[in-house]
Amino acid sequence: MHDDSGVLTGAHFIDGDHACSEGAIAAGCRFVAGYPITPSTEIVERIAERFPFVGGVFIQMEDEIASSIAIQGAVWAGKKAMTVTSGPGFSLMMEHIGYAAMTETPCVFVDVQRAGPSTGLPTMPAQGDMMQARWGSHGDYGIIALCPNSPQECFDLTIRAFNLAEQFRVPVMLMMDECVGHMIERVIIPPVHEIQIFQRRSYDGPKKDLLLFHPDSNLVPPMVKAGEGYQIHVTGLTHDERGYPSMTVDTQAKLVTRLVNKLRVNADTIVDYREDSVEGADIVVVTYGITSRTAIPAIEQARKEGMRIGHLRLVTAWPFPEKRIRELASKVKAFVVPELNLGQMVYEVERVAGGKASITHVPHAGGTVHNTKEIYAAIKHSVKG
Amino acid sequence: MGEDALYTIDNVVPPNPIENLLRMDRIPHIWCPGCGIGTTVNCFVRALQTSGLDLDKVAIVSGIGCTGRVAGYIKLDSFHTTHGRAIPFATGLKLANPELKVVVYSGDGDLTAIGGNHFIHAARRNVDMTVILINNMTYGMTGGQVAPTTPISATASTTPHGNFEQTFNLPFLAESCGAVYVARWTAFHVRHATKSIKEALAKKGFSFVEILAACPTLYSRRNKLGDGLDQMSYFREQSEIKNGADTKSVALDFEGKIIIGKFVDIERPSYQQSMYDHLRKKLGDQYIPSPEMKNVYGKNGN
Ligand SMILES: Cc1ncc(C[n+]2csc(CCOP(=O)(O)OP(=O)(O)O)c2C)c(N)n1
Ligand code: SF4
Ligand SMILES: [Mg+2]
Repeated sequence: MHDDSGVLTGAHFIDGDHACSEGAIAAGCRFVAGYPITPSTEIVERIAERFPFVGGVFIQMEDEIASSIAIQGAVWAGKKAMTVTSGPGFSLMMEHIGYAAMTETPCVFVDVQRAGPSTGLPTMPAQGDMMQARWGSHGDYGIIALCPNSPQECFDLTIRAFNLAEQFRVPVMLMMDECVGHMIERVIIPPVHEIQIFQRRSYDGPKKDLLLFHPDSNLVPPMVKAGEGYQIHVTGLTHDERGYPSMTVDTQAKLVTRLVNKLRVNADTIVDYREDSVEGADIVVVTYGITSRTAIPAIEQARKEGMRIGHLRLVTAWPFPEKRIRELASKVKAFVVPELNLGQMVYEVERVAGGKASITHVPHAGGTVHNTKEIYAAIKHSVKG
Repeated sequence: MGEDALYTIDNVVPPNPIENLLRMDRIPHIWCPGCGIGTTVNCFVRALQTSGLDLDKVAIVSGIGCTGRVAGYIKLDSFHTTHGRAIPFATGLKLANPELKVVVYSGDGDLTAIGGNHFIHAARRNVDMTVILINNMTYGMTGGQVAPTTPISATASTTPHGNFEQTFNLPFLAESCGAVYVARWTAFHVRHATKSIKEALAKKGFSFVEILAACPTLYSRRNKLGDGLDQMSYFREQSEIKNGADTKSVALDFEGKIIIGKFVDIERPSYQQSMYDHLRKKLGDQYIPSPEMKNVYGKNGN
């Protein structure tokens, strides 16, 4: 049974992909454009099934380039919108992640990561798109990236992704992986009134006073949609507060600095991580997504043997929890960083730790998850130092 | 107005009759002297002025290029997107709010080279939008490189020895993909073009108007075809109006005859009308269209 909001309140046994679809519906997303790609397709399949019952429009576009810009058209028409893909499609979307950042178009990109590069291992997991998510489009800009580690979190973090997109007017990426996407677990969907939704902030001042890109004190401008008589202009060119192209060094500096700073100055309210026994630990294992689950047996075994091991799981990969990692770097002996790639988020840990703690990376080329023994061995190695 | 009124000299300069739809605070524009794009904008604005459309509900979407700059000068909700992607952006805009009239205004390179795939699929789906394509047979903005529309043997900066690639016949392309309205004019045929744009705006579904316009700076001069005025003479002398012509027969070649006219004007349910009708039939009362969908497509008592 569902109510008008489309929220399927109750307990479900569903996979992470389907949980993501339900999270989007619960968040108020009513436009999805996508192009099929394993292991993300189940998300759009469920959206296609569900949307006609909840006032949504789904379209399967001709490719990911089209999908990633169609959603932005929909946002400027007043909807909340999302697109869904995996590595090869994510690569095609990069120009439009930049467009969303530059035009401050709030939207959600879901990347269910599979092993790459190129076509790679289409049905098998990896975490190889973490740096691409942050830096994949050209130029300077900021984005937010969230890393769910369970179907429940796929639901919860999809809602958060929409909320953050609206709050900061940035593209937000949900960095799932094949394991989390296809794992079936219990997902609790709360009653509508318990779901917190950040409503789009709209400009409501006099028409003649509108400055489309004039930010509020939090550096984020309120939105205006098409069809309201404001005659807005939106461009990917460097633009002034009216939204008009302005090809000067000053406009560039002012605009791009704000695009980056609106996330930097608000980082504390965005950053999210989970800690387990980090206080007093000698070693902290830093994980995200599926790796947070494969690390647990290794951590538990090491603890049984008397080692003092903390676990810090990144929920936001971007912004990276710099403050916390910096703080810990001066307290702990080492960080152990397992990830399903040959070195991505570990560079952030290294950069922030600034040489104060040693770092052991546990790489994996993708295709399956780590053998927990590898993580255990890395912990043990770090303890010995 | 009497004949005389036309010749009355006033000490007040009369406002440009299309000013109300231009962003005068962005003038002067970037286009070169003799460029044909501005003429087409004039046609477009005049078509809008007499279209009877609620202008608050008209949005214009451009890609990138000299023509892509049109969105930035028109006082409507206007979107200057990325190179080639005006059509998919417009698709999202229209699908999300079908109460909007959505116009795509862009160049030949933008819409048929990098954006060619989107063009054919929007026409196939019959997404409700009007596409105005300014064909100057080259990539103006980037310096006059070869385009899919460059005639064989013409010189471009990347075909310094002459072009040997087959040229796109755009009306044929649009028709075979499913467009419900297809016309071609030149920047010389301003009255026809204006009327045609007005008709295209009134269509439901994918309507397509190609307008040939000179790029004197980078196409005409390089090909020793003179300046903007010479190109206008060419358009005047070599064009032949053949309404209803078989689009297969309207291909362009280097400085040859130009067949212009309205080639296609048919009815076919638009993408969203089909979506609405189909889901209503399949799902009955369980189908919940968006409020805007219901407003626009639910009128037939379905
Ligand atoms: C992805 C991408 N590739 C290339 C360009 C460079 N570029 C800008 S405009 C243009 C061609 C425009 O040609 P056309 O659409 O015919 O417009 P015109 O300038 O002739 O009006 C190109 C290649 C770009 N901006 N983006
Ligand atoms: S380069 Fe060509 S198309 Fe561009 S403004 Fe100049 S004349 Fe027009
Ligand atoms: Mg051109």
